[in-house]
Amino acid sequence: MYGLSQFAYLVASALFIFALHWMNTPATARKGVYAGIAGTALAIIVTWAEPTVIHHVWIIGAIALGFVVGVPLSRVPLTAVPQRTALSHAFGGIAAGLVGTAEYYLRLAEDPGWLTPFRMVALIAEIILGYLTFTGSLMAAGKLQEVKWVPQRPVTYPGQNLVNFLLLATAVVVAGLIAFNPAAAWAPLAFPVIIVLALLFGVLLIIPIGGADMPTVIAILNSYAGLSAVAMGFVLDSKLLITAGALDGSSGLILAIIMCKAMNRSFTNVLFGAFGQVQQAKGGGEQKQYKAETAEGAAQVLEQASLVVIIPGYGMAVAQAQHKVRELYDQLKKRGVTVKFAIHPVAGRMPGHMNVLLAEADIPYTDLVEMDDINHDMPQADVALVVGANDVVNPAAHTDKSSPIYGMPIIDAEKARTIFAIKRSKNPGFAGIDNELYFNDRTWMLFGDAKAVIGDLVKELSGGSGRH
Amino acid sequence: MNDFWSTVYVFVLASFIGMGVIRKVSRLLHTPLMSLTNAISAIAVVGAILVTGGDYPLRIRILGAIALFASMANIVSGFLITDRMLKMFKTDSKPGVR
Repeated sequence: MYGLSQFAYLVASALFIFALHWMNTPATARKGVYAGIAGTALAIIVTWAEPTVIHHVWIIGAIALGFVVGVPLSRVPLTAVPQRTALSHAFGGIAAGLVGTAEYYLRLAEDPGWLTPFRMVALIAEIILGYLTFTGSLMAAGKLQEVKWVPQRPVTYPGQNLVNFLLLATAVVVAGLIAFNPAAAWAPLAFPVIIVLALLFGVLLIIPIGGADMPTVIAILNSYAGLSAVAMGFVLDSKLLITAGALDGSSGLILAIIMCKAMNRSFTNVLFGAFGQVQQAKGGGEQKQYKAETAEGAAQVLEQASLVVIIPGYGMAVAQAQHKVRELYDQLKKRGVTVKFAIHPVAGRMPGHMNVLLAEADIPYTDLVEMDDINHDMPQADVALVVGANDVVNPAAHTDKSSPIYGMPIIDAEKARTIFAIKRSKNPGFAGIDNELYFNDRTWMLFGDAKAVIGDLVKELSGGSGRH
Repeated sequence: MNDFWSTVYVFVLASFIGMGVIRKVSRLLHTPLMSLTNAISAIAVVGAILVTGGDYPLRIRILGAIALFASMANIVSGFLITDRMLKMFKTDSKPGVR
């Protein structure tokens, strides 16, 4: 029986690796989902069949409840996917934390000898990672969802990093004491202290982090959730858990590194740098003038173009303009114009978010181009159309050493022959950093709500098709 | 000291495989990738099943049941939403048809 179940776990592990392997292209990606489902189902069935498992009603009840909550969670609008992802990290974290807690008290009562220092270290790592991922992810989800009682702005105070460090150090010291004296009389009382410290640490870790860094933070929390599963695998001596957790952990790590590179920031800077207080753009100075263009004029330029690059940002999703963008794409394609979308890695609120939003609007993924590839083509572009993006096209990243985004790789919109930027209002200082691109000689502003402006462009293009 | 070294081996090798495989994942799919790995790491469900279903004191099983519920919610929503997103990625729009 043991051999059979181990074999099943091995198959499940292999299926998980295939699942991720098939994600390397959209053509095979759905196969990856099925492999993942098969692996998970196999592991659940085999575990459930273990002779020690006798309370079946409990299991059925908990699984049923999981479906009741899981199905609606999978139907959220795609703009809310980052929150959902953060919430699922929280679920993963609490699951690991609770299983670790249960294991400790269970073994303490029944078989204290089982709690070797190695298992205890793994178990404590599991609960610390699990509980801090739980509260940290809840905070992240709250920030993304803009829940009222979660502060949106980064919360910082003097000595913040020191407080966090001391807190973690305390947890580690208590953890060390318990790890080597798991059966001491005081140990079961000290155990909850670690839990409380981990829960607190999760909150404190996230409050100083601002909205712009959320994609990185989500990726890091993803990694933590994976590592807590690894730790659980060490405790239970389950190679399946270790493998699956390691896959998740490395995935989160790689995504976090990609995000950091795309913002030209280091890991530690994201976590401990409190990016939030962006210095207000050097106010005063000469009042620069925007050049405004009408939808009619812009439509004529677009019509004459042979290559149009659309640069979307999260603002496009906020204005719900994706579907209008798709109509514009159709109109231009009909006229033989090549249309590409330039996707910055940190556009949107989580890694890859913009691609999903555009795919939902039925834009073929073959026209979604990564930053590095599109930058080669930018000098050939007749028109760059900026829709709801700002920092990712700000030339200050190349030129202005005092800018907080200096050094960040950007999409070189300013190299296109003509630049159109859609902007809601003429007010500068839109709570962020001044964008030189808007004052470029070849930049024309289209003022208004993104959805309405693109709608007007579409109207001009479709109405004007009969004229001349 | 059971299988200490063999579990560490598994962890290190699995991490290398993870790095290798994830690096090759299309950047288009990073959002679905994250929801898929969420669902996969919810394999912690096996630990929860053992704790919930075992012949253990009630309070232990309650902790297990909550963990089982949370993992299952992740499995269900993770796989469903990944598939939902992946369905949207199409190579080309049929010309003329919306």
